[in-house]
Parts: sequence; C-alpha cells; structure tokens
Amino acid sequence: MEAVEESLAEARQTLRSGQTRSVAWRKKQLRALFELIHDNEEKIFKALDDDLGKHPTEAYRDEIGVVIKSLDYSLSNIEKWVAPKKSSVPMLFFPAKGEVIPEPLGVILIFSCWNFPFSLALDPLIGAISAGNTVILKPSDQAPACSSFLANTIPLYLDCKAIKVIEGGAETCERLLQQKWEKIFFTGSARVGQIVMTAAAKHLTPVVLELGGKCPTILDSFSNPRDFKVAIKRIVGGKWGPCSGQACIGIDYLLVEEKLASTLIDLLKKIIKRFYGENPKESKSVARIVNKHHFARLRNLLKDPLVAASIVHGGSLDEDSLFIEPTILLDPPLHSEIMTEEIFGPFLPIITLKNIQESIEFINSRPKPLAIYAFTKDETLKKRIISETSSGSVTFNDVMIQFLCETLPFGGVDQSGFGRYHGKYSFDTFSHEKAIMQGSFFPEIEARYPPWTAFKLKFIRLAYRLNYFGLVLLLLGLKR
Amino acid sequence: MGSEEANAFDAKDAPKIAGELRESFASGKTRSYEWRTSQLKTILKILDNHEQDMILALRSDLSKPEMESYIQEIAMLKNSCKATLKSLKGWMVPEKAKTSMTTFPSSAEIVSEPLGVILIISAWNYPFYLSIDPVIGAIAAGNAVVLKPSEVSPASSALLAKLLKEYMDTSCVRVVEGAVAETAALLQQKWDKICYTGNGRVGRIVMEAAAKHLTPVLLELGGKSPVVVDSDVNLKFATHAVTFYVKVATRRIIAGKWGCNNGQACISPDYIITTKDFAPKLVDSLKEVLEKFYGKNPLESKDLSRIVNSNHFARLMKLLDEEKVSGKVVHGGERNETDLKIAPTILLDVPRDSLIMTEEIFGPLLPIITVEKVEESYDIINSGPKPLAAYLFTSNEKLKKQFVMTISAGGVVVNDTTIHLAVVTLPFGGVGESGMGAYHGKFSFEAFSHKKAVVYRSFVADAAVRYPPYTKGKLSLLKALVGGSILGIIRALFGWS
Repeated sequence: MEAVEESLAEARQTLRSGQTRSVAWRKKQLRALFELIHDNEEKIFKALDDDLGKHPTEAYRDEIGVVIKSLDYSLSNIEKWVAPKKSSVPMLFFPAKGEVIPEPLGVILIFSCWNFPFSLALDPLIGAISAGNTVILKPSDQAPACSSFLANTIPLYLDCKAIKVIEGGAETCERLLQQKWEKIFFTGSARVGQIVMTAAAKHLTPVVLELGGKCPTILDSFSNPRDFKVAIKRIVGGKWGPCSGQACIGIDYLLVEEKLASTLIDLLKKIIKRFYGENPKESKSVARIVNKHHFARLRNLLKDPLVAASIVHGGSLDEDSLFIEPTILLDPPLHSEIMTEEIFGPFLPIITLKNIQESIEFINSRPKPLAIYAFTKDETLKKRIISETSSGSVTFNDVMIQFLCETLPFGGVDQSGFGRYHGKYSFDTFSHEKAIMQGSFFPEIEARYPPWTAFKLKFIRLAYRLNYFGLVLLLLGLKR
Repeated sequence: MGSEEANAFDAKDAPKIAGELRESFASGKTRSYEWRTSQLKTILKILDNHEQDMILALRSDLSKPEMESYIQEIAMLKNSCKATLKSLKGWMVPEKAKTSMTTFPSSAEIVSEPLGVILIISAWNYPFYLSIDPVIGAIAAGNAVVLKPSEVSPASSALLAKLLKEYMDTSCVRVVEGAVAETAALLQQKWDKICYTGNGRVGRIVMEAAAKHLTPVLLELGGKSPVVVDSDVNLKFATHAVTFYVKVATRRIIAGKWGCNNGQACISPDYIITTKDFAPKLVDSLKEVLEKFYGKNPLESKDLSRIVNSNHFARLMKLLDEEKVSGKVVHGGERNETDLKIAPTILLDVPRDSLIMTEEIFGPLLPIITVEKVEESYDIINSGPKPLAAYLFTSNEKLKKQFVMTISAGGVVVNDTTIHLAVVTLPFGGVGESGMGAYHGKFSFEAFSHKKAVVYRSFVADAAVRYPPYTKGKLSLLKALVGGSILGIIRALFGWS
C-alpha cells in the first residue's frame, strides 16, 4: 500500500523537474507506446482472450487499432496543440496582447475499465502524456490478465518515474482517492463515479466521468430491403461484436414500429446465425461475460417471469464458460430491471411503438444516454433526434463508429458522465488553458486611475463602446 | 439581517422551483436563437434603465465608488452582453468535423446543445457582474437558469431579484434570495451544471453536493495572487525611464489592489515579491501615488470601497494585528470600525508563516516579501496553492518567458494587473485551489453547452471486415486500414498478406 504514496511522490517530483513539459519527452513516450504495442501484440491478444475471450480481430478493431490511431494522431498534431493561441484585446488596453497557453495540469489519476481494458487505459494515457502530465494508471482488477500485462510492460517502455501503473482492488482505489491529484479520469459506472467525484471534491480536483447508460437504437422502416439488411447487420455487429454487449456505447435496446417486429426478428436471427454459426458458444467470435458476478447480474435480469416470457431468441446461459448466447427479447415490461438498468451484456430488448416518432418521447423520459443510434433515411426524424433529444453522441445509420473519429469529442452528458476526450479533446482535457496578457508601459491612460472624475467616466464609456471618434473629441476637449 | 430574510424564498420550495424550470426547459423554448437573443437584449435594457439603481445598491452594500461600479460591473456586463449578441449565431452553428478512412463514407459534426437547468451561486464583492455574466453565458447556450445572489450584499441581491423578475422570462430565468439554509436546499436539487463563485471551503461543499447527482461544476475561487516586481531595470533604462517604470508599475498595482473594491476581488494582487534593494523605492512610490489617488486621509476618500461587513472587518483585523505582523506596517493601518473602513495598508517583510501570508487577504492590506534575486519568487509562489492570477512587472524578455512557463495560475498578466478579466477572448478561470472550468465570451457559451458528436453514415460500402466470423484475413485488413496504407489495404483485400 505504500506503493500509492511513494508512486505519487515520485510522479510529483518528476513533474516538478519540468522534464515532462518538453515536447520531445512527450513524443518519446508516445513512440515508446507504439513500440510496446508492436513488440507485444501477441501478449495483448492473449491477455484479452484470457480476460474476456475476445477474438484477435475484435481485439485489434476495438483495442489495439484504436490506440494506434490515437497515437498516430497525437504524434502528428502535438506541436500544433502546444502552440499558444492569440486573442484579441480591447482598445482600452492597447497595445497589450493576449494569448492562451496550454499547460500540464500535474499528476493525473486514470481509472480504466475492464470491458476494453487496453484501449480505455491507454487512450486517456495518450492524452495525459500529450499534455505533459505525469500519470498513475489504475487498471481494473476485473480484467486481471490485462491489468498485470500493463503493470509489467509499461515500465519497460515508458519513463517509469513519470508514468506508473498501480494494480489492486477496492482498497487500493480508496487509498488512491484519498490523495490529491490534479485531475481524475474515470471510466466505469455511475455509482462509482459518484464516489470518485465526492472524494475529488475534498481536494477540489476536477474529474472526467465516462459512464454509460441505456443507449437506444431507433430503427425506422426502409423502402429498400437491402438498406434494412445493412442496418440489421450493423445492429448485430454493434450489439454482440464489441465485447458481447459489455460496452458503454453498445446498443442497449431497439425501438421499432410494431408492424416491423416480426420481419426484424427473423432477419436478426438469420444474421446472428451467419455471424456466429449454429452454436455461438463454439464460435470464437463472441466474447464471454467478464466474471461470475456480472454473469449472475445478467442472469437476474432474466429472472422476472414476464421478462423470461418475452425471450424470442437465445436465452441459454452457461455458467462454467461464462458464456451467454446472443439473446433477443420482444417487449419486456418497461418497469422490469432489464429496461431500467443498463444491460451491459448480450441481451437485446426490442420495444415496439405505434409510430417511430414516439421514440423521441420514449428516450426523453429516461436518463440521457451516452449514445443514440438511429437507422433512418427520414431527414425530419434526423433533425428531431438531434435537436429534441440529448445524449453524448448521435450516430445515424451505424453503430459505435463515433468512437473512432479523433476529430469528435467523446463523452457523456447528465447520467452518462461529463468531460470529453479523444484527439485534441484529450489534450484539452488534461491541459489548463492559461490566459496570458502582456501589457506595455506606453501609453499610460490616466482615465484608468482615481481620483475619479466625470471626464474619466466619459472616457471609459467611450473606450468600452470602441467609439474612436468620440474619444478623440473628448481628448481634444470638444465633447461634453 | 432582517431585510434579506424577509426576501428569502422558502427552502421547502427548492424542489418546486427546480421542477418548474425543468418543465420550461423541456418545452424547448430556451433553445431558439430568438429566445436567447431576446433575453440578452433584455439584460442590456436592464443595464441601461437601471444603471443608477445598481450604483446606489453597490454604494449601500460596499460604498463602491460610482466609477468602479460603472467600469467593473455595468460596463463589463454591457460589453459581455454585446459581444455575445454579436457572435451567438456563429457559436450556435454546428462545427463540421473530419471523419477518418476507417469510417468512410461518413460525415460528422459537433452540435452545441444546452445542458438544461443551471444553478448560479454568485458572490458579494461584484454582486452584479459575477451574477449576470454567468447568466449571460447560460442563456446564450440556451439553458434555463436559477440565480442565487449573495446575501452578504443584500441591496444588490434584492435589486437583482426585483429587476430580473420584472424584465426577464421568469418561466426560465429565476432569482432566489437566501443564505446558508436556502443554498443548502438548492444544492440538494438536481441541476445540469452548477456555477459557483466564492471560496474553496464552500466550493468543496458545492462539488460534493453535485457529486450526488453527477452534476458538473464550474468553480470560480480565489487564492493569493502574487505580483512580482523585477528590479533589473537599471541596466536598460536611463534614470528618468526607471522613474517612469516604477511609477507605472505602482499605479497599475494600486488600480488592481485598492481600485478593485478595496482589495476585495478574487483577482486583486494579494502580495508583492520584489528584491531587497528595490523594495524601498517601490514603497516610496506606492506611498506617493496612494496619496495622490486617495488623499491624505484615505478613510475619508469617496474613491475607496468599504469592507463589506463586520465579520470581514474582524477577519482583516486579525490578519493585521497578529503579533509578528503588526510591527511590519510601513504605510496606512488606519481603520474606522463604525464605518467599516480600512486605509490602504502596506507591510514590509512579514514572516512567511504568518496568517496574512497563508490565507487569502481579500482586503486592503498589501504585504511585500523581499528576496535577493527575483527568480526566488518562483519557489515562493509554487510552494503555495495555485493562484487565480499572477502578475509580473519587468522589461526583461527572458524573465517574462520564464515566469509564464514556470508559474501556474488561472491567468498571467505581464506589466499590468487584473485587466485580463476584461478581455472576452481570454478564458477566465482558476486551476487547482483557484477553481475549475473557465468562462467569459465564447468560453461561457461552451461552459454551459454540451458538445454533442453527430455522425452521419450512408448504407453503401459496408465492409465485411467489420463483422464476424472473424478470420486472419480480416485481421490483416484491419491492420492495414488503421495504418492507413493503401497498398496494405489492397494486399489484404486480395488476400496477399
């Protein structure tokens, strides 16, 4: 446990030395991360398979690939990001100049999550390093193979005086949260998010909370059956593809019109079979449930007899291999847990509506989700979704790809969290934008100083209004 | 205390108020550009029509000189409001974002959407500016707002409540008056953002309360903002130029310290660091200019604010009368407890472990710390919590650069004090103990907006590589796609690698 205090003290000392401020240092660390991935790809695949049964293709698409892209982007933009930005200054202070300089916040604490144990740890780390901070990373103990991989490998490649990995469970987290940090970046559940923020308040530490929520997917009807099929493929890929539904931006439930339900279910079944075969358990293409605890949680969601009765596909659970089949439910009761709690697993409830326009109201009567997906060609519906609902992000006609755009901010709103990252947004999240003003000694305007007179008041009024002509008249004594 | 208690809302009504505003927000009316601009124009109208009322309220709460009230509150607000009205349309336009090859073909944009219902808890020292400026930002971003002005400046609080009720759309913009109990009741409600201006102790309470609802916070706190005065000017300047340098520095320090609500401002200079040999020159100059500005008997000057109340007066006296400090007064020290007046007071070489050097002063006392070399100031500043502002007077370019890089503060001003507050193109906010989040101008709009990422995809180009069953070939193609190598992609597509 001393590890916490010692590591923090060393990270703080390194920060104070100023070496992490140099762009060269930052780039060196980012390149070292590249090397780490390059040299250890097989080990990473192995760790992800051990923890979650992720197939290497899925692991590459959702984890390694994401990190490589992020590294590439940071490395090619970092010089631009660190450059001071000029600001214009009002005339009263002419010829002063203003600029904004991003400076590192200090020592950052990153809590990552078990469902994408690699990318959710390294992606924020890239941002924190790019901004010149020192970092303590606490990977989730629920993905132990990845956690120990990170703890053992990162020190071999990165500056171990500045970037540290601390492993551990709840007790370690508590200990970490007692310390003072300059920012805490947390990915996980709302319940723990509250604990993190409460602890942060004691030290006035700003936090980024990347939480989850029930991400709805609106499925409109299509005149072209080919489009409908592509939509279903993307839904299946987006629901069971990334970590078998254990993803914060994964699809939680589907909203469709009643008349579409049966066609939809048929097509879903067909595509599930094509993707995962007759027996999905044997397919290496679906991840397993992370652990017994989550397995039990998911099993409980189906316990309600009304919910169990709504299963139209799948529903088999194998506790020994922690595998749950892709499962579809049609209209489970809205007050049941499966429709009030974030599912975070391979269950897909379909909620039928009379008219797809009702989906707006349906979504608005629930907490704001991290993402809304909508498959539609109806431009009016698109506009309504953007302007009448609120969510971290909205993606039309696809699933989860918003996560892959470095130019888009990624983050939640309301119950799905606050703060954002990815690309430049990561850099900003881990930087303090310091406002700098440089005054000069000439000219020295008397009107700024007491004793106050009516003349000075007039002068200031004009200066604020940028009334150059009025100012000249006043100075010449021609204006009253 | 009687009057503000009479105006205070009933704490039991807090859920009702929050509920009403949430309903108004849900109706969508605050989202339109027209609603936002009409409310902002109404604020301008209030400022135009009630300038004198505000000046009188500020005189009653703080004896604030008219000029200060006008420049630092009313003119700043008008400026902020006008700048916002001028740029708002542009700010509201969704920002196009580039998409990557992996998601081709697609387009993306970032939409600024209102957060919802904002709670603004403001401070007593600039009761109008610190209340209305965040309200401008919250309205500009399309939110509903509840404003709780400080009960410590009751006349201003009452005037705000009256004017906003009379002019603004009260279904979406509400002022509630009250003290601790009322604030606590407000903090129990769920808001979509809380903006608090004040001290770190209450800042912590606000953030902890916000954590229960996962509400983001903007905390504008204070801290001990240092002024470093370099003495190394003799080398560059002729004698008369040195005199000019000292005079300008002195005036700008005085304007930022005593000319800002008699030091009761979060960005006011808190203490000076200068070299041992330069200190006497600086003290002499300060004395001379202070007399020119505020006369021989500053307690009588109409150009200085008074201390806000007897609590703060007592707090300041405690700082001044500490045993190891009281002997260090080199100028001023006069006080009048009945009028709550304290004269501009300068202290030389106070011990670093004294109260006056460990707590935020927030009043007309200005200690000067002397060092051998000006660079020693870095350690002194960095050994304490990060201040809201740091000021440097120098003509040495190297020192400027060093100072800007070494000192962490909300804002840094070289060769002047406090003026960065007036620049709407600069973010205003603290770091560390001086707060989190920034506002002013476009930064206000952003502080009260959620940046929603929106991606549009079409149905063409659906690469099988994304979907299971997963194969080795798909893995290679993905690697090539991520790497962005066209050749690699072609090779993978043909199954050559």
